[in-house]
Amino acid sequence: MSYTHFDPAVAEPESQVAIKLLIAGGFGAGKTTLVGTVSEIRPLRTEAPLTSAGVGVDDIVGVEGKETTTVAMDFGRITFRSNVALYLFGTPGQQRFWFMWDELAKGAAGAVVLADTRRLADSFAAIDYFEQRGLPFVVAVNCFDSAPRYDVHRVRTALDVDPDVPIILCDVRRRESAKLVLVSIVEHALRLAGRRAPAR
Amino acid sequence: MTAPKRRWFDDAAGPIVRPYAVSRGRTREYGETLDLLAVIVGRAPAWEDRRWLDPEHLRLLGLCRRPVTVADLASELGLPLGVIRVLLGDLHYWGLISVRPPQTHVYAHDERILRIVLNELYTL
Repeated sequence: MSYTHFDPAVAEPESQVAIKLLIAGGFGAGKTTLVGTVSEIRPLRTEAPLTSAGVGVDDIVGVEGKETTTVAMDFGRITFRSNVALYLFGTPGQQRFWFMWDELAKGAAGAVVLADTRRLADSFAAIDYFEQRGLPFVVAVNCFDSAPRYDVHRVRTALDVDPDVPIILCDVRRRESAKLVLVSIVEHALRLAGRRAPAR
Repeated sequence: MTAPKRRWFDDAAGPIVRPYAVSRGRTREYGETLDLLAVIVGRAPAWEDRRWLDPEHLRLLGLCRRPVTVADLASELGLPLGVIRVLLGDLHYWGLISVRPPQTHVYAHDERILRIVLNELYTL
């Protein structure tokens, strides 16, 4: 599709600036809660191919010809006064939705990997993905009431992430805490952006 | 006097039209796949265009009088992204909308913009 002419250098930066952040993590790690706590959460549906992984989950008896199913994605938007909007996209955790990650990651400023200490291994796939893509990410350990508490150092060792990658403890049900998660990823992205382009 | 008609369906019953019925079964749009955050700007359709455009096309056009992203449109209309992309592909083909590529990949590394976001987050 041919795009109409649009020159970012000429366009006023204050007009319609969108920043995209991804919220990743295993199933039930709190992605929907995080998006809902800090932003106006909005329904967004997309299609996913029905694969053998969906057997037992999606009942396709009688509709064997059906090749896709509709899935809901977590989608939130925070519109700031300065005409900048922050878009949050939850990356669906289940393996069969991996095909969507490349599209979601395109143009993202950073990602939050939500981790649950009871199922740390669930966050490995997301961490690997963002490391490989070179996308700035932070690990936010969602402190569930019933989950064992570990200090950040032990979580870092268990996840084997770079010392540069911020790890924070949070409770995404609380607005202040959820806000700090977003602050930490934007700060991290800013730090890395500064390194990309040495001081002018 | 006749009894008022009772509605036997409501929102809880889900959509009564299959999603791809509004795109006439098409799952592929004309041209490239639109980015989630591509910005769409529509123009008011001429009166004679209104007669042959589908209701969904008209609703989309109504929503993009001001610049709006593909994701916002899908969310607003409650239709799956794939359907929205087909309908927007039609409108673009007919010259009723213009599409701005998203600048997210530029702003993602723009320190000034990231600082604005950070300050806004602090005051949220």
